[in-house]
Amino acid sequence: MSGSFDILIVGIGGQGTILASNILGEACLLEGRHVKGAETHGMAQRGGSVESHIRIDGLYGPLIPPGKADLLISFDLLEALRYSHYLKKDGKMVVNRHLVLPTSVYMQKLAVPAEDEIIAALKEHDLCLIDADKIAAEAGSPLSQNVVMLGAASLSMPLKSESLLTAVRHLVPKKTIEINVKAFESGRESGGTF
Amino acid sequence: MGRKYILGNEAIAHACLESGVNFVSGYPGTPSSEVIDTLRVQPNPSYYVEWSVNEKVALENALAAAWCGIRALCTMKHVGLNVAADPLMTSAYTGVTGGLVILSADDPFAHSSQNEQDSRCYAHFARVPCLDPATLQEAHDMIPEAFRMSEEFGIPVIFRPTTRICHSKGDVELGEPLAVHREGEFHKNPRNYVVIPAHTRVLHKMLNEKQPAIRKRLVERGFNHYVIRGKMAIIASGIGASYVQEILPEGVSFLKIGAYPIDEEWLGDFVREHERVLVIEELAPEVEEIVRQVAGNIPVFGKKNGYTPFEGELSSPLVADIMVRAGFMNRNPFKGIDPVQNLPPRPPILCAGCLHRSAFYAIKKVFKEAIYPSDIGCYTLGLQLGVVDTTICMGASITVASGMSHAGEQRDIVCTIGDSTFLHTGIQGLVNAVYNGANITVVILDNRITAMTGHQPNPNSGVTACGVESPQVSLDAICRACGVDFVESVDPYDITGMVTVLQEVKKRKGVKVIIAKQMCVISARRSGVKRGRYMVNPDICTGCGTCVRFGCPAIEFADEHARINDLCSGCSVCVQLCPTGAIVREAKK
Repeated sequence: MSGSFDILIVGIGGQGTILASNILGEACLLEGRHVKGAETHGMAQRGGSVESHIRIDGLYGPLIPPGKADLLISFDLLEALRYSHYLKKDGKMVVNRHLVLPTSVYMQKLAVPAEDEIIAALKEHDLCLIDADKIAAEAGSPLSQNVVMLGAASLSMPLKSESLLTAVRHLVPKKTIEINVKAFESGRESGGTF
Repeated sequence: MGRKYILGNEAIAHACLESGVNFVSGYPGTPSSEVIDTLRVQPNPSYYVEWSVNEKVALENALAAAWCGIRALCTMKHVGLNVAADPLMTSAYTGVTGGLVILSADDPFAHSSQNEQDSRCYAHFARVPCLDPATLQEAHDMIPEAFRMSEEFGIPVIFRPTTRICHSKGDVELGEPLAVHREGEFHKNPRNYVVIPAHTRVLHKMLNEKQPAIRKRLVERGFNHYVIRGKMAIIASGIGASYVQEILPEGVSFLKIGAYPIDEEWLGDFVREHERVLVIEELAPEVEEIVRQVAGNIPVFGKKNGYTPFEGELSSPLVADIMVRAGFMNRNPFKGIDPVQNLPPRPPILCAGCLHRSAFYAIKKVFKEAIYPSDIGCYTLGLQLGVVDTTICMGASITVASGMSHAGEQRDIVCTIGDSTFLHTGIQGLVNAVYNGANITVVILDNRITAMTGHQPNPNSGVTACGVESPQVSLDAICRACGVDFVESVDPYDITGMVTVLQEVKKRKGVKVIIAKQMCVISARRSGVKRGRYMVNPDICTGCGTCVRFGCPAIEFADEHARINDLCSGCSVCVQLCPTGAIVREAKK
């Protein structure tokens, strides 16, 4: 059995899960550690539910088995619940307190899960809820929500905060480095208050 | 170069640079597209790159390059190899002088495909070697070997990564790009390159004679290797080998297949050292069939006796389950946890402001009871809107439509096809439909880009793969040249205009073509097109739900009113649909 630290990042196509996974991978490289991952590309990306698997110190397969993730980072409440079975028993969940209802709900008149119901279900796990929208706006751009989430989750990762920050600097567009560094740091602070 | 955290396809592309590739062609297809997408944006490339119009065209171009003695890479997804199968089969006979690597990316579980076919079967069928990597590093390291082997044996080599290689990421040790430029030169040799019967009979024999040496070389190269650790053995191939290695119990022998054809003698020596053998591979039983041939009385566990699935993709928990059932492991270390049930699904959906949604809306409005054959592209998602009745393969919208027309179907038949798909294999169907007098309406959904696979340019885009300007083909002129009398271009954002043209078409017999032109909303955004957003005036909105039924992800519904969220791209189609005029331009903040 491999002794990897497994992180699953989930969200909706277009929310920036791939950049988030790139930052984690880069941070692993900076620390000289192996890393494996897998992600959703192609048609499935178009506004659909997406997942990025990252296995720090992973040596073999790229996929995290259900029940084995050490950390689940979700950019959406509903997606957190959809993938919650990937989390291991004492795993940590860092979730953006935001719900985008799938268009299928309106088109097919499906039952709409209420926000507090979802949160109540998520509370069965070690949950940290983050208002990424607000923190990102304060940092200077709503587009930095993915980095806010990484910052908040960074407290539960076996990676140094400096490595993650260096990776953020390497990977975000040059003009947005300052905003994203601030987003990471504010995220990290709010992640610590829960 | 050192170690990088990189996408599988990027690692493969980089390995091509390290191999001194001279010529690259392909047609986009998930999960293969990022290989050329990486190669086409390198600064000052020392090689030629093209997006071809289809896979057959791509392979014939690459084959010619390899006949001229230069190294050629041709990429496609697995089903693209069906289109390229004609040149593939005979290129094995003629062989090559420069290395030819055909990358055919398989998609177990059909994440983004119409089937789960296995490219290893094509390699077997064509009698060409096939490399099947288990990890990203191996995918990277196999590419230079693939070019070398192709040149050593004078034979095309199929490289078959799967989705979990192409779209995996990991730390990969990269080498330095090789900047050796080879100039292609064709040496005439009709006995080799003109496959008339007298020549091809000889070439076929030569192909067969190459096989034993190829099998030996694949073992020598270490692609296929084993370690004996007990009386039970697991034989695994491709990414399946990675899943096995994650959980391989002590005392169980392990044989990894990374390349085909398999040396049967070598395999037999291994199998005979064991009392029971389990074969783990995704999709077709390519390895298992050979194991069974050499195993004699030794029990073999695999697909043929129901231990492993023929379909879908493997995973460590699934492999562990198989190992428990076959008696290779006592307990599955992965405790299954059930997902939360009854959550509303979030399937992929056409973007807010997508031209396809408005085109489909207009079609459905005019042709209520029609049959809607469609094709392969983002617009296949029109299934959710009830305007896609069939898709089978690239280009099969027009042909299915004409077939139904001749079969006696009395309802209107309106088929949809994208611009790239039309140029791929749609034109032949249109010529055929006109020639044989079909009674159909063809709507070409023209967004001037191959969108679904990641916005690759095509001959309708006006630029090449490397961004060099090129003449834009005229879809209108092509259709007219095929003999279509009625060809009309419309803007699908103008619902009234498109409905008017569709109503006109409905009255006519024969083959009619409507070209619905509008930029892909993603490429429009990237190229800086800004249209103001819209909002719903809640005082006017009656909550009738007309806009919500349009299915745009920018339109939500809560508290008896519609609401437009920040996904709005400003296409203004919902404004035209709202019966009360409640949708207005968003006030500037």
